[in-house]
Amino acid sequence: MTENAIIELRKVGKWYNSYHALRDVSLSIGKGEKVVVCGPSGSGKSTMIRCINRLEAHQTGHIVVDGIELTDDVKAVEKIRRKVGMVFQNFNLFPHLTVLQNLTLAPIWVRGMAKSEIEEIAMMYLKRVRIPDQAHKFPGQLSGGQQQRVAIARALCMRPEIMLFDEPTSALDPEMVKEVLDVMTELAGEGMTMVCVTHEMGFARQVADSIVFMAEGSIIESGSPAEFFENPKSERTRQFLGQILEH
Amino acid sequence: MSKEVPTNTTAWAASYEEEPSQASVPPQPNGVTALKPLGWAPVNWAKANLFDTPLNTGLTVLCLAILWLTVPPMVNWLLLNAVWSGSSEACREAAGACWSIIAVKHRLIFFGTYPYEEQWRPFLACGLFVAMLGVSGVRAFWRPGLAVAWALVLVGMGVLMWGGILGLTYVANDRWGGLPITLMLSVFAIALAFPLSILLALGRQSSLPAIRTFCIGFIELMRGVPLVSVLFMASVMFPLFLPEGVTVDKLLRALAGLTLFTAAYLAEAVRGGLQAIPKGQYEAADALGLSYWQKTRLIILPQALRIVIPPIVNQFISCFKDTSLVTIVGLYDLLTAATVATTDPEWRPYFAEVYVFAGMIFWLFCFSMSRYSQWLERLANRYTRR
Repeated sequence: MTENAIIELRKVGKWYNSYHALRDVSLSIGKGEKVVVCGPSGSGKSTMIRCINRLEAHQTGHIVVDGIELTDDVKAVEKIRRKVGMVFQNFNLFPHLTVLQNLTLAPIWVRGMAKSEIEEIAMMYLKRVRIPDQAHKFPGQLSGGQQQRVAIARALCMRPEIMLFDEPTSALDPEMVKEVLDVMTELAGEGMTMVCVTHEMGFARQVADSIVFMAEGSIIESGSPAEFFENPKSERTRQFLGQILEH
Repeated sequence: MSKEVPTNTTAWAASYEEEPSQASVPPQPNGVTALKPLGWAPVNWAKANLFDTPLNTGLTVLCLAILWLTVPPMVNWLLLNAVWSGSSEACREAAGACWSIIAVKHRLIFFGTYPYEEQWRPFLACGLFVAMLGVSGVRAFWRPGLAVAWALVLVGMGVLMWGGILGLTYVANDRWGGLPITLMLSVFAIALAFPLSILLALGRQSSLPAIRTFCIGFIELMRGVPLVSVLFMASVMFPLFLPEGVTVDKLLRALAGLTLFTAAYLAEAVRGGLQAIPKGQYEAADALGLSYWQKTRLIILPQALRIVIPPIVNQFISCFKDTSLVTIVGLYDLLTAATVATTDPEWRPYFAEVYVFAGMIFWLFCFSMSRYSQWLERLANRYTRR
């Protein structure tokens, strides 16, 4: 466990009724670190990342984000959600609002920012994700890749310290995966703390500081990309890598 | 459709790109219309749609026979043989409808027992009210000023209806009747029931057991009881629970009953909308740090209410017509006033005309609501069709 961890999971457990989704998961992520979480479906990787901003509540163990422990305390949860941005598999943009309104809504209502000020910042982020010309369109008028880039910009507009990505490219057509990964790579280069659930091993190899492999609700192994890809320790990992890298 | 054989891969790719437009030539519908039709188009249409099989031919002939038997007598009664003005004697000789009863009794139908010489006041009040409703429906007027205008109009209507100031004689509200009662009861009931129904629908999904149980209990109780009994309870039983000396106006009690009843039904329509919103919308709002009420107001309700415009307006229309049931607690709505108009011995035989007339007024308002809701639906879905 690192001294200056910004995200700290200690023996986290979670059940869905009798189904044991997370088993004693312990993980420590330092500031500015990029962690890629991978594993077969049903391994608990999405559940774990969703526990970090309490979209799911853990039942045993402790989760501490930037010095604040996640509990039932609504105020603490809201505080953490302001620091943690999240990008979903299905984008989850608000279809009744324009792209610009999607970006400015939370900063206006949660951070209390002035509309003109945040609109300027929002346009800057739209430029960074390379779709400033779509600002006044509705999400339904954009392609999947564009929508996901808007979703990234929306999360960034809250000026988060941590970004969570829950399979951000899994719902995209293959030709759109790259445009989203490029934006994420760029973001990683700027020192953002990132936790990313993904099957994009190329991205993991290029960007990750460490890779966490999960199966059946437990962390099987974690390490640097070099160790993980070249010299996996467990049989389960080798099996997974064999399946995923075959293609 | 000829297609050149591609000479290289680039050309092949280009022709592949164009494929969708070639494929989008509409397929020929099967049957008669696929052939080049000969002769007059309506005849061909009739052949294809009305006489294409023995069964359809039979049904068509049957329908024509029914129309032949019903439409001409109806037109004769309603229009051709109708008496439009004059005394009840003239009506007795005619074979058609006696519209003169409307000419004679329309003030009673519209304004009930409101003092005859003062009936310009409810007339003006209704005019203002309907005009405001019309204005409120126009998008260009959806701004804060509208609320101010409504406040002024409501005060103005109160002054007109009650009087007692500005040289107007005082008219107690148990003398009100007819269209003003129907309009005010239904519009206020709808306006109050709508926000209440949203709270009930949200409460029904609440994670707090007390709130959830209360909302479910309220909705199921109200839905399980006929409106007539709710109105009876509001008007007869409710005063028994009030402390000595406190009275709540009869009109207000009926309004409360109608509001609660409508709210329970509306709440279920709203709940349908809430359940149609994908879980991801809630999660995205949560992840951005929005509070429960911010999430509900800014993300969930704007989407949910759009979806349920048709059932909500359905309930509005139902509520408008249900106001006619307040007659059982002794209020003079439009339909009651119409019934009273038929009790004059001189005009008693012509009750059907009065009910047709009252029906037309109800239909006019309900049809307007229906058309308006269709416009609203198109407006709401203009950009967000997924």
